[in-house]
Amino acid sequence: MSKINFLKPDKSNLYTFLYLGTFLFFVSVLDVLLNSFFSLNITGFLPSFLSFLLPLIIGFIGLYFIRIELSGIKQLDLLNKHINTNNFNAVLSLLIIFIILKSIPPILSWFFVDASFAGDSKDVCTGSGACWTYIKVWIRRFMYGMYPNAEQWRINLSFISLALLGSVGYFATDRFKKYLTLYYVIIYPFIAFLFIFFFISGGPVFFDFSYGIIAAILSIILGFFIPNKFKFYYFLIVPFALYILLKYFIFYEELIELGKLDGLNWVETGAWGGLSLTFIISFFCLIFCFPIGMAFALGRRSGFPLIRYISIGFIEFWRGVPLITVLFMSAVMFPMFLPADFFIDKLVRCIIAISLFEAAYVAEVIRGGLQALPRGQYEAAKSLGMGYWRMHIFVILPQALKLVIPGIANTFLALVKDTPLIFVVGLLEIVGMLNLAKTNPEWLGFAMEGYVFAAIIFWIICYAMSKYSYNLEEKYKTDR
Amino acid sequence: MNFKLKDIGPQLITVLAVVLVFGFFTYNAQVNMENRGIDFGYGFLSQESSFDVQFSLIEYDGSHSYFRAYLVGLLNTILVSVIGIILATILGVIVGIARLSPNYLINKFAAFYVEFFRNIPLLLQIFFWYFAALRALPLPQDAEPLLGVTFLTIKGYFVPAFIWQNFNIFFYSLVAAIIAIIVIRTHAKKVQETQGKQTPVLLISIGLLLILPLLSFLIGGVKLSFEVPVLKQLATTSFIYEGGVSLPPELIALALSLSLYTATFIAECVRAGIQGVGKGQKEAAASIGLTPNQVLKLVIMPQALRIIIPPTTNQYLNLTKNSSLAAAIAYPDLVLVFAGTALMQTGKAIEIVSITMFTYLSLSISISILMNWYNKKIAIQEK
Repeated sequence: MSKINFLKPDKSNLYTFLYLGTFLFFVSVLDVLLNSFFSLNITGFLPSFLSFLLPLIIGFIGLYFIRIELSGIKQLDLLNKHINTNNFNAVLSLLIIFIILKSIPPILSWFFVDASFAGDSKDVCTGSGACWTYIKVWIRRFMYGMYPNAEQWRINLSFISLALLGSVGYFATDRFKKYLTLYYVIIYPFIAFLFIFFFISGGPVFFDFSYGIIAAILSIILGFFIPNKFKFYYFLIVPFALYILLKYFIFYEELIELGKLDGLNWVETGAWGGLSLTFIISFFCLIFCFPIGMAFALGRRSGFPLIRYISIGFIEFWRGVPLITVLFMSAVMFPMFLPADFFIDKLVRCIIAISLFEAAYVAEVIRGGLQALPRGQYEAAKSLGMGYWRMHIFVILPQALKLVIPGIANTFLALVKDTPLIFVVGLLEIVGMLNLAKTNPEWLGFAMEGYVFAAIIFWIICYAMSKYSYNLEEKYKTDR
Repeated sequence: MNFKLKDIGPQLITVLAVVLVFGFFTYNAQVNMENRGIDFGYGFLSQESSFDVQFSLIEYDGSHSYFRAYLVGLLNTILVSVIGIILATILGVIVGIARLSPNYLINKFAAFYVEFFRNIPLLLQIFFWYFAALRALPLPQDAEPLLGVTFLTIKGYFVPAFIWQNFNIFFYSLVAAIIAIIVIRTHAKKVQETQGKQTPVLLISIGLLLILPLLSFLIGGVKLSFEVPVLKQLATTSFIYEGGVSLPPELIALALSLSLYTATFIAECVRAGIQGVGKGQKEAAASIGLTPNQVLKLVIMPQALRIIIPPTTNQYLNLTKNSSLAAAIAYPDLVLVFAGTALMQTGKAIEIVSITMFTYLSLSISISILMNWYNKKIAIQEK
């Protein structure tokens, strides 16, 4: 057996170094583990400074011993390659392992072990952990704001049916695929609008909503008998015509009677709130900001100088100011710009302000896509005799939008994350409701639980959105 | 001249629509203001403001004018933005480089940080730090000294104040050092281009930065002393630190959350920039005999910075605009002081909101002009 040189681990004494290094490494991890999980300090007899640093030193020596290149053991090589390439990396790896080990017990105990789940009053929250009872008691306020408890099924029903209607695209057969764009761009937002303004806000106008449903179903059924050539114009005109026909000419008298019988209770928008308001605002702003942004992106690249300058001015103005001042403007300045007897609902003003604001960002993103397209695409489309609109709708925009999916997804994410700012105009979505609940004298001192709860919800929404956009990007990726 | 109706038509319609909308708004505003008896004008800026601001960088109290209140707000906004930008850059660069580390643990840790902090709304993070995390700090009388002389308490962070004598001499020495460094750098570049000699610019720069201020202490009569905060009893249960500088908890919460949030975006910019430099560049540089340090300094970084700087400036701009969220936790920034308190008192909605928006607008437009100029300067000149 050759002499062991401790300063230079090598392959000839592979197993000596391997066992020694692994042993030292596990001793150091075990020390931290015992310390954090059982608050047992096995090196307590040493001076506190040394006992604090000891696991790091032992672990470092252990990792140094097992750093043997091309050892022939698969797992060891993998370990060395990934966390143990040199001394510096070894120290960082050890530090991260220790931080994770140290932070797991307090987090676990705060979240689960010491937390209180049962009961429905503050008295059960005596432990040092989180008080999830607080969330349980206030959950309706966090989800629905001040919306009356008895009416909350309306919000649930609307969201569930909208989600179902929205998922139609997944189940559509090839025969219906070609109508999907039309459905998502025109019909679906229209149905969503009917749901939210006539079902969630309620009142006798509820029956407008049923006319809408009847008109939509009738026009879809009739749509199968219309030749393809006219289908676009058909869906553009007939549903609205049917709706007006139904409302003012056919069922008018009878349904007025019905509306008097049992309409839904009117819930003013000031009472809306919580997570459902976050969804409503995000949804509408998303729908509105996209076409506006697209129009300004095209305007900014237009050949007409006046249109171009107006577009540039619009985009740069909204991009230059913070959203909070825009909301301030919509709250205090905008009413001054309208006739005295003309009143626009707070929520609607908010949606307009956020849509215009985000539209400027969407416009810049889409402009990036338009600029990235090679000139050949424009020239090819023109040489086929296409005009401006046909060229953009059938050739340019489909390619440009495909290119900017990540950018648009980021803008939409920013939109969702910006919704809490509506506290400026006095609307309280989930973060606003948390701040309100925090000041309730019966439930003081549970701010942490509330914010953690909201953070988890927002994180799930945003993370899911970013993953979905990544999938879309992969799906529509075309080689150029 | 060939006027075509086809060209003029759409433009005319657009301009007409814009003019009509603006005309409608102005007309209504005039009617409304007449009805409510409000007159339009910026004269109120010189009136006495008669409200107090709890934290300001310049001398201010109720007897000063509204314009001074505006300045107080603006300076506070700039203060929190500058602190946030510095912290976010440091953190963002570290995390961005860590994202490229071959070490699996570091890589995943950095990825976790980025995914975690950028998917939570900034306002929620500000609330979390201000209402939940910083409220868990000790009261002034129970605070343990941090780093010996600073105190982190629920009422803010108390640090020693610098008391300078002949500060202007120290300042001039710093300026002189910076000018000397710039001159040496340009000279070194010229020497390298003509003779191919490398000068140790970094060492000389650090030396100059240390020696000149030191000389000002030894010869120029500059003196620096510290005023350490001392605990003082206000009432039986109420304590506060006196002396030194106090950073209010609002500032700490805001700077912390702004930098933690923006650092995730800067980290992604840095990662994209370094990944954007082709592998061939590194190999080509190594093959002509440059050392790894030279490869990084002369080949990789100049190209990576070209990709990194424009989006990062955008993030700085976002941070500055996001600092307006200060209004939510009552940090006296431009929005809270001017568009909040001053607007409540004067009722001059149009004037005040327009001034506030114009301030932010001019800030961001000047930065974008600077950015465009920089982009043109560093753009690759293709032949």
